[in-house]
Amino acid sequence: MKAFSNKKNKRRYSPRRKFLKSGLVLSAAFISGSTSISSCSGDNSTKSGKKTRLLTQDGNLVEVDESNIHESHKHCIKASLKEERKGIPGRKFVMVIDLAKCRNARKCIEKCQEAHNLPPDQEWMKVYLIKDSQHTEPYWFPKPCFHCDNPPCVKVCPVDATFKRKDGIVLIDNHRCIGCKFCLTGCPYSARIYNWKEPEIPEDIKNQQYSAETSVPAMIGTVSKCDFCPDMCRIGKVPHCVSACPNGAIYYGDLNEDAVSNGNEVVRFSELMSDKGGYRYAEELGTEPCVYYLPPKERIFPVKSGFKNLSEEEKARYKNIIK
Amino acid sequence: MKPDNKNKNLINEFTPFLERPDKVWFLKISVLFLFIAIGFYAFYVQVKKGHIVTGMRDHVVWGIYIINFIFFLGLSYAGALISCIFHLARIQWGKPLMRMLEMTATISLVIAPVYILLCIGRVDRLHHLLIYARIQSPITWDVIAIVTDLFFCFVFLYFTHIRDFARLRDLPEIKVSRWRKRLYRFLALGYRNTPEQAKYLNQALDIMAAIIIPTSIIAYSLLAWLFGMNLRPGWHSSIFAPYFVLTAVYSGIALLIVIMWIYRKVYNLEKYITIEHFYYLGFVLIILDLFYGYFTFSEYITEWYNSQKTPTLLLYKFFNFSEYGGLFIFSNFIAAFLPLIIIGIPWFRSVKSITITSALVIVALWIKRYLIIVPTLETPYIPIQDNRAEWVHYSATWVEWALTLAGIATFILFFIFSSKIAPIIPVSAMEDKTKKIKIFYHKKN
Repeated sequence: MKAFSNKKNKRRYSPRRKFLKSGLVLSAAFISGSTSISSCSGDNSTKSGKKTRLLTQDGNLVEVDESNIHESHKHCIKASLKEERKGIPGRKFVMVIDLAKCRNARKCIEKCQEAHNLPPDQEWMKVYLIKDSQHTEPYWFPKPCFHCDNPPCVKVCPVDATFKRKDGIVLIDNHRCIGCKFCLTGCPYSARIYNWKEPEIPEDIKNQQYSAETSVPAMIGTVSKCDFCPDMCRIGKVPHCVSACPNGAIYYGDLNEDAVSNGNEVVRFSELMSDKGGYRYAEELGTEPCVYYLPPKERIFPVKSGFKNLSEEEKARYKNIIK
Repeated sequence: MKPDNKNKNLINEFTPFLERPDKVWFLKISVLFLFIAIGFYAFYVQVKKGHIVTGMRDHVVWGIYIINFIFFLGLSYAGALISCIFHLARIQWGKPLMRMLEMTATISLVIAPVYILLCIGRVDRLHHLLIYARIQSPITWDVIAIVTDLFFCFVFLYFTHIRDFARLRDLPEIKVSRWRKRLYRFLALGYRNTPEQAKYLNQALDIMAAIIIPTSIIAYSLLAWLFGMNLRPGWHSSIFAPYFVLTAVYSGIALLIVIMWIYRKVYNLEKYITIEHFYYLGFVLIILDLFYGYFTFSEYITEWYNSQKTPTLLLYKFFNFSEYGGLFIFSNFIAAFLPLIIIGIPWFRSVKSITITSALVIVALWIKRYLIIVPTLETPYIPIQDNRAEWVHYSATWVEWALTLAGIATFILFFIFSSKIAPIIPVSAMEDKTKKIKIFYHKKN
C-alpha cells in the first residue's frame, strides 16, 4: 500500500457564503452550489409542511422546510469558454474511491462512455487489477484522471490547451490543442487519451459547439480525458461514474465544504479520511492528486467476483496478475 | 601554372557536376525522388486517416518520428559543433571537411523539424505555437532553439560560401547558364578578397563559430530536457542533457567518416581526404566511444543498483531477449565497444574497417534512441492492462518507415544538389595552404 497522506488540506471558505448571512448556512446540494435556503427564521406562512434533511457545514443534520430551499443557477448548464477556464467559484472538487467496495462491475465505465459519446475502446475511467507485492492480495483499482494540484500535463502544454481551474479541475480546450501528445507522456498516471482517428459519433452531436466541461464532441488529433463532470456539478448532480456505481464505491464532493457523496449518502470528507485511512496514489511523485483512495479493508466482495461478467477479451487484460 | 588555371582545376575537382551532370547522376536523383514520392503518399494517407495508420497508440505516443527527430537534430548539432571547433582551433587537416560538416548541420536541421510536424496531430493549428505560446513548456524552448539554430547555421554556411561564390563568379570559362552566373555574382556580395574584406569575413566567421558552439549545446540539451522533464522512469534523469550532447557528437563524427569515404569514392578526392583523416577521426571516435560507454554504464548502474520498482521493470525489459534484449546488446556492444576493438587495435585498422564501424555506430545510435523512447513509454507507473496488442507494444507501420526512408533520401538529395551549386570542399580554404596560419597536424600525402 502506498504511503498515507498526512498532509492537511487547507480549508478555504467561499466568498459566495458572505451573502447568506441569515444564521444557519446549510449546504444541501454540496456539489451544485446552486441551492440555498432563503430564510430559516422567517415567517411560517409559506411553509409547505414537507421537511427535508440536510447536512450542515459543521456536520449536523437538520430538518428544513422544502419551500425554503431555492434552486438557482440552473440555467448555466453550458458556461462560456471564459467561465469554463475559470471554474466554479469557491469550489474545490475531490473524489474519494473506496477500494473495499469495488468489484469491477464496470458500470462507471459504461455510463461515462455513454454520457461522453465515447467508443467502447476509450475508457476515461479505467479499472486496474493491482497486486502490489507477492504476498499481498490483489484489489480492483478504478482510476479516473487525478486532477492534480501540481499537474505535469498542464506544465508541459505548449499552447495552454489544457488548464487547471480554480475549482481544481483540469480540462482540455480541444479547439486549441495541437496534438503534440506531450501531456500524454507527461502524465504519470496514463490518464489521457488521444483521438487517433475520426471519432465515430452521431452527426448532430458532432456539430455541437465544443464544451470543455462536457468534453463533447471529441475531435481527431486532439486529447481527451476524464473531466470530473463539471457540467453535472453545475446542475447539482454527481458525475456519471458516481451515480452509476452499484456499490457506492465512488464519492464526489467539495473539499471546501468537507462533504462528499456517493449518490446515496453524504459524508464528511475529513471523517472518511480519518476513519478509513484515506490516502492518495503515488504521493511521492508530488503531483498532489485530487482523487483519494480508501484502502481495500474489510471488503464486501472477493476479488474473483470481478471476473464474473467480463468477456474473454477483457479477462485477457488481467492475465498477468492472476494466473 | 597560372593561378586562374589552378583555380579552375580545383573547382573542377571539387565540383565535378557543376557544368554537366552525367546519366548516373540523373539516375541517382530519380531513385531518391521515388523514395520521397512514396513518403509523400504515406503522409497523404496519414493526414487522410489520422495517426491511426501509424504504430503509435495511447501509451507509446511517440514512435520513430521522434526518434528520427532526435537523430537528425543530433547530426545537425554535431556537424555545427565540430565544424565550429575546427574553425576556431584552426585545425589545418580539418579544412577539407568543413563543407561536409556544415552541409550536414544545415540539411539535417531542415529535415529534423519535419518529423516533429509528422508527430503532431493537428498540423493545421501550428500557428497556435506562436499565438498561445507558453514559455513554461519544453516544446516552446525547443521551437525557440531550433529557429535560432537554423538562423545561425544558415548564416555560418553562407559566410563560408562567400569566397567560393566569388571564385565561381570570377571564372569566365566555366560553362553554366546565365542565371547561375548572376546568382553567383549576387551571392558573392562583391567580395574581392581584399585584405580588408578578408579580415572582416574572417572576423564574422569567428564570431559565428563562437556563437554556434554554445547554441548547439544548449539547443540539444533542451531537446534532452523534453524527455528529462517528464515524470517517467528511464527519462527522468539528470544525466540526459550531457548524454544526449555526447551521443550527438559521437553520431556526427561517425557520419562524417562515412561521408568522407563516399566522397573519396565518388569524387576521387584521395588527394585531399587522406588516410590520415580517417585515422585522426577514428581516434576521436574512440575517445567518444569511451565517453559514451562511461555515460551509458553510469546511467544504467544507478537505475539498477537501488532497484526501484518501475525502473527495474524497465531495465529487465532490456535484459529480456523476448523484449528488447537483442536490440540492447546489439546497440551497446557496437556503440560502446566496437570502435575500441576495430580502431583501437592496429591490426584491424584500415580506411574500410573504420568506415564500416562508423556506419554501424550510426545504426547503433539510432537504435539507442529507439531504446530510450519506446520501452520507456511502454513502462508507465501504472502497468498497462489492455487487451489490444498494439496498445501494449509499439511496432512501426509502413507509413512510418516510408517517411523515415523519405527523410534519408531527402538528406542525400540535398547533399547532391549542394554539390552541384557549390564546391564540396572549400576551394578558398585549400588554396592558401602555404599562408602563415599555424599548422597543428601536417603530414605529406
